[in-house]
Amino acid sequence: MAADMRLPNIRKLVSLSLSAGDRRDLVVPGDVITSDSGFMRGHGTYVDEEKLTASVAGEVQRVDKLICVRPLKTRFNGEVGDVVVGRITEVQQKRWKVETNSRLDSILLLSSVNLPGGELRRRSAEDELTMREYLLEGDLISAEVQSVFSDGALSLHTRSLKYGKLGQGVLVQISPSLIKRQKTHFHNLPCGASIILGNNGFVWLYPTPGQQDEEAGGFYTSLEPISLSDREVISRLRNCLLALSAHKVLVFDTSVLYCYESSLQHQVKDILKPEVMEEIVMLTQQKLIEQEG
Amino acid sequence: MATVQVSEAEKVYILHGIRDDLRVDGRGCEDYRHMEIETDVVSNTDGSAKVSLGHTAVLVGIKAEIGKPRPMAPNEGYLEFFVDCSANATPEFEGRGGEELGKELSNTLYKVFNNKHSVDLKKLCISKGEHCWVLYVDVLLLQCDGNLYDAMSVAIKAALFSTKIPKVHISNDEEGGKEIELSDDPFDCMRLDVENVPCIVTLCKVGHRHVVDATLQEKACSVASLIISVTHKGTVTCVRKMGGGSLDPESIFEMTETGKRVGKALHVPLMKLLQQEESLGTRQKVGFLG
Repeated sequence: MAADMRLPNIRKLVSLSLSAGDRRDLVVPGDVITSDSGFMRGHGTYVDEEKLTASVAGEVQRVDKLICVRPLKTRFNGEVGDVVVGRITEVQQKRWKVETNSRLDSILLLSSVNLPGGELRRRSAEDELTMREYLLEGDLISAEVQSVFSDGALSLHTRSLKYGKLGQGVLVQISPSLIKRQKTHFHNLPCGASIILGNNGFVWLYPTPGQQDEEAGGFYTSLEPISLSDREVISRLRNCLLALSAHKVLVFDTSVLYCYESSLQHQVKDILKPEVMEEIVMLTQQKLIEQEG
Repeated sequence: MATVQVSEAEKVYILHGIRDDLRVDGRGCEDYRHMEIETDVVSNTDGSAKVSLGHTAVLVGIKAEIGKPRPMAPNEGYLEFFVDCSANATPEFEGRGGEELGKELSNTLYKVFNNKHSVDLKKLCISKGEHCWVLYVDVLLLQCDGNLYDAMSVAIKAALFSTKIPKVHISNDEEGGKEIELSDDPFDCMRLDVENVPCIVTLCKVGHRHVVDATLQEKACSVASLIISVTHKGTVTCVRKMGGGSLDPESIFEMTETGKRVGKALHVPLMKLLQQEESLGTRQKVGFLG
């Protein structure tokens, strides 16, 4: 039995980089971006007394004469090729609805999944009837954005063996703006667990799989108990991710790994205490700066 | 109640973790998440407290008003509970959505405090049969992340601790009637003895074991939970079973024993913290924007 009670402290973010005040391209709502009338008004801006003003907090982006502000705190705006982790919310005719933290539920068509029995299999009426056997409400999947519909909803596909239903593991939800875009979002971390960094801010932590059975087409999930050591690594990674996200540090394989290494001197359950979190994130940022320089 | 969806495989992962005494966030089965408590956060109440436990946030305000004692207990004051579920916590609470949960929570609170020892109600009496203090305990749920009951009870205890009831003076006027005069001095006030105020411990049965302070994900894996309110001496004032599943008599016994032990241990750091905050005097409040 352990109960840790304390008085709240005013939170401050750990930051070793330049102070945000020096960055001209970061704005808060009401900041005047430009008073030059030669620019066009894009998303996240409005004209107030002939001055272009930001309506959201974020980064100013300019394309030619068009000025937009990309908000930092936002839902997921998917682009083709993004890796996402999502949760099935509905099974419909020939398609699944998937929650991916976007404004609208994403869609996974029956024709864009790999069914057991090979790539070139025809989808018959029976397949339509047995959709629930493959993916059920509440199931988690990893997928890639195939296209974006005109209303902004995403169409997903899992036509690769690396995508598909997710088995045992832990889901961590962080802000999509904190995920760094990279060549690959699937990593087998050397500490003994694997991670899928979904562009939508859903991060999936799971024990590194052994040999995979290709016949099942990614729909088979093992319900075998996971060893205690793997569990501890996953729990530690989960708490590290939450610490990074609390201090707004960009999440990618290196930062997660450095954070994991910095946290090793603490117990897993202590990582979420504010002072420990601060210390770990500080160490992580130092390591990241050293590595860059 | 705010619910989350959990897939079968995730459930298995959580279940096995609890069996091995290592939960998803690294805690053991009887560990609480870390708790932040602050009292006197709302200036227009007589006592208030804000508690956050993980992402669960509860605000309690206590208003003291003069009312008429209940006919059954003419020399006692009484407590009224009201729980409001803010739509900030989850969109389900919008409109009348939170009413049912609020009702359930406040009914539990009435049961928990329905005994002579929790709060000294006689102290709340002003003049027998005519005037007494009524303490309106208003609970506001700001965020739900599991374990509402425990957070709520801790917040109520903290708020009762910080409650300052002005002293009253009764004088007889010429016509024989009584006149009540409130003291103007803000420091001339009465404090409540919260030593015996119980804390609620919620135990969720997950698989073959039970956990305290379950997160929403863990709650989704459990079929039944037991709510036990325990005083600092280990006296149980109320037990309730929640959820649709059934509990074995043997496991109820086990859970009550754990609840008693955990509840007893919960009071120690809480009282220490409240006294520490008191001794710090006028500290700058963190409030809601910290």
